[in-house]
Parts: sequence; structure tokens; C-alpha cells
Amino acid sequence: MTTLPSPTLPEGASLFCVFCLFLVPLVAVGLALLNTGLGRSRGAAHTMASSMCILSVAAIAYFASGFAVQGFAGQPSHILRAGGQGWDWIGAGPFFFRRFEFDGSPASLAAAFSMLCVGLGALIPLGAAAERWRLAAICGSTALFGGWTFPLFAHWAWGGGWLAQLGTKYGLGHGFLDVGGSSCVHVVAGLTALSVVWIVGARRGKYSSNKMPNAIPAHNAVFAMFGAMLCWAGWLGLNSAGAVLFGGAAPAETLLVIINTTLAAGSAGLAALAATGLRFGRPDVSLTANGWVGGLVASSAGCLFIKPAEAIVIGAIAGVLVTYSVEWFEFALKVDDPGGAISAHAVGGMWGVLAAGIFARFPIEFNHLNPTQPGSDSGQLAAQLIGIATLVGFVFPTTYGLNWLLNRFLPYRVSSAAEPQGIDLQELGAEAYPEFVIHTEEFIQR
Amino acid sequence: MFLLSTMDFQGTFAMKLVGFFLLISGWLIVLATLALLASLNLRLIFLIAGLAIEMVGVVLVARSHLVLEDEAG
Repeated sequence: MTTLPSPTLPEGASLFCVFCLFLVPLVAVGLALLNTGLGRSRGAAHTMASSMCILSVAAIAYFASGFAVQGFAGQPSHILRAGGQGWDWIGAGPFFFRRFEFDGSPASLAAAFSMLCVGLGALIPLGAAAERWRLAAICGSTALFGGWTFPLFAHWAWGGGWLAQLGTKYGLGHGFLDVGGSSCVHVVAGLTALSVVWIVGARRGKYSSNKMPNAIPAHNAVFAMFGAMLCWAGWLGLNSAGAVLFGGAAPAETLLVIINTTLAAGSAGLAALAATGLRFGRPDVSLTANGWVGGLVASSAGCLFIKPAEAIVIGAIAGVLVTYSVEWFEFALKVDDPGGAISAHAVGGMWGVLAAGIFARFPIEFNHLNPTQPGSDSGQLAAQLIGIATLVGFVFPTTYGLNWLLNRFLPYRVSSAAEPQGIDLQELGAEAYPEFVIHTEEFIQR
Repeated sequence: MFLLSTMDFQGTFAMKLVGFFLLISGWLIVLATLALLASLNLRLIFLIAGLAIEMVGVVLVARSHLVLEDEAG
């Protein structure tokens, strides 16, 4: 067990960070609306109710064990000795925030920031597995995500763990860079979403007998677009708080973060609009919303260290990537993801992490973890690739295994007999729009 | 028929297991690269090799789920 030197924040940064934290829940609200709007009306009430349960369970799981696992630079952690180096692999803090001071220190701000992030991250798998994932199983899976999967990777990247120390110990740039959570929140949650979708399977009627996907349109495009725009407002706080806490930015420096975040989202939305317009003859609303969110996700990793023009490029590539990825998952892999969550968060997040390695340029004195030993820019791309290899090679099998195991004890999928009437009626006993909607699909033989 | 479907299931399950094994193996190669090699270029080569192994693992896991989805109809 050991501790790193505790990082210090620039003057006024604590108060600024608290203000940014107030914006972060808007991302969760936006994602809940997006998930609901992109699903069918027969599951709308269930998606919103599940979103509230997810936020509750995630916060409690993070309180119980999450922060103990995640920790923060300067807090105790467990070190594994291998290859002549110490590998800081897991936090060693007390459970339930015992003996922890909420005094505006970087560690206490990181705890509050991460508690908000874990909730919005846990909403992401719901977007992919909506309409057939049982509420009890959602709560169980969220507890695993909030108490173990998210905090472990967050420790490695944000808590002074071995990924963050790749620069100081192995000379790889400034270590793994992800100031706003492209990887810690979005890729981890996106890979969890893929695991859950593979475990629960596709919605009934999604694939016809010749294995071609049937279009199941979003029930409320206004919810979807409003949710995506609400995400943008929250993302400004998310990326700014992350830049202060994990990038060592002064409050004034977050102006660049705000500009980069907005430009990345804008270019991603436009690129998705153009890509779908060229491909289908008309722009597609749901894919545009997903592209926009994909741009926000991609902006997070390097938002403090890139130029505005580079943010436009990163966003535009994310928008196109997300659009084609949604189609690829649906047609080639037979993955039924009504919210496009896997593409927007896992694919968009991995591109963001990679883009940070390609585009990020650092001030000479930059080394947030250890100011006495500045890193160099060479090897930054390698550090980012190691982060991606860890996400795919460790986080994905871990989250798949945990969800697969949980599914053995707490079945994930709703009963097939009750599925046609909708998960709202089956699990909640009431629909979101009982007086206005007729489910015509139930009477069509497939 | 039952025996055949059981064998199919075991084959799919084995494909998935091998896929996950390759995913973890690729990651361990990346970690070993950090510990054993000093040159950035060498590290990059082995890092890409580790990622390539992970990609093969992803393909196998995806294929196993594709087979299961087809069987489920």
C-alpha cells in the first residue's frame, strides 16, 4: 500500500468545480430523455422509471464501495510489484466514505464528480437494452457497474493508477489522458451495454426470418433531440470539472474546454446529418442525435489540450463513425441497440481516446500527477493505445463475465409471452400514454 | 438431434471462451511489453500485436453471439 503526492488545485478552482458539478446531472437527464425517445411508446414509462432507479442504485453503490476502489492520487492504494515497477492497481480507501473529509479538497471534489459520472454512465446500457431488460436486473447490473467496473478503471485513469502513471514510470507521454471521461465513463459503459445486449438478445420482431432487421422507429423524436441538446449543457460542466480535477486547469483555461466541447458536438451533429442525408436521401433524426452525443463523448478525453479546429475534426469523424457504426452493429452483428448507445459511447469514446493521443499538445511544465517530473509528448499515442487495449482486453471481459453471472441468478430478459404487450404493462402495470396510443404491431403476424 | 444441438451449443460456448481468452491474452501481452521492453518502437510493435490479438478475440466473441442469435431465430 502506498500514496502518491496529493495534487493541488489552482486558486478559485474548488468553487468553480462545484459550480460545474451542478451542471453534470443535466447529462443524465438528457440521456434518460434520449433513451426514452428512441424507444417505443410501450416501454417509455419503464425507461424513465428505470433511469431513476439506475441513478439511485449507482449513487448508493458508489458510496458503499465505489470510491474505496477508485480513490484519488494522494489517497492510499494497493501496489503490485512486477517487472521491477510498482503497479498501482486498486484504491485502498475505506468503504462508505468513512473518515473522509468533504472539505473542498481535490479528492472530495473527485468523489462528488465521480458519483455523478457513475449515474450517467450506468444509464448508457439501458439505452441499448431498453424494452426487454427487467427492472430488478437493471438495478443489479447497475450495482456491479457503480461498485466495481467503473471505479476500477477510474482508479487507473483518474485515481493515480498505473495508466495515469505511464508517463512518469514508462516515459509514455504524460500517461493515459482522459480529462472528461471518454473512457472512464463512456467506453466502460458502452462495453457494458454491448455485454448486456448480447446477454438479453434482440427485441421480439426486430429480426425477420431471413435475418434482416426490421425498422422499429423512435416513438418521440422531440424527446430524443431535446435530450441530446440537454446533454450538451451538462457536458460543458462535465468536461470543465474534469479539466480542473484531472488536467490541472485553472478556471479561466476551461473557456477552451467549452469552445472545444461545443465545436465537437456541432460538427458531429452536422456530419451525422450530412452522412444520413447522403445515404438515405433525407437526414435521419435519431442518428443525428446519436452523432451529436458521439461528438460530445469524443470531445471529453482531450478537450483541454486540443485546438478548436482539431475539435471540429474530432467531432466530424465521430459523427460519421457513429452513424455507420449503428448500421454495422444492427446489420452485420445483429445487435439490437434502440438507443444507439454502443456506437455513441463505446465507439465514440474510443475514437476520443485515440484522438487525444493524436492531437493533444501539452504545456511544457504539464504533469498533473507529479509536477516535479514533467513528461514529454512522445509516446502519448502509445499511452492512449494501452488504455484502449485495457478497455477491450480487460474491462470488456470483466463486465461481460459479471453480467453473465448475474443473469444466472437474476434473469435479465422479460418473459417472451408478455413481451408483445410491452414492458410498461408487464413490469409497471401501466403505460406511459394510456389514452393516446394503440399498438398496431401486436396484431400483425410476423 | 438433441446431441447435435448440444454439440452446436458447446461449439458456440467454446468459441466464446476462446474469444475471451484471446482478449485477456492480448491485454497481458501489452502489459508484458511495458514491463520487459524499453524502446518506444519495440513497445509500439508489441502493443499493436496485442491489440491485433484482442481484435481476433472480439471477432470470435461476436461470431459466437451471431450463431446464438441465428439459432434463437
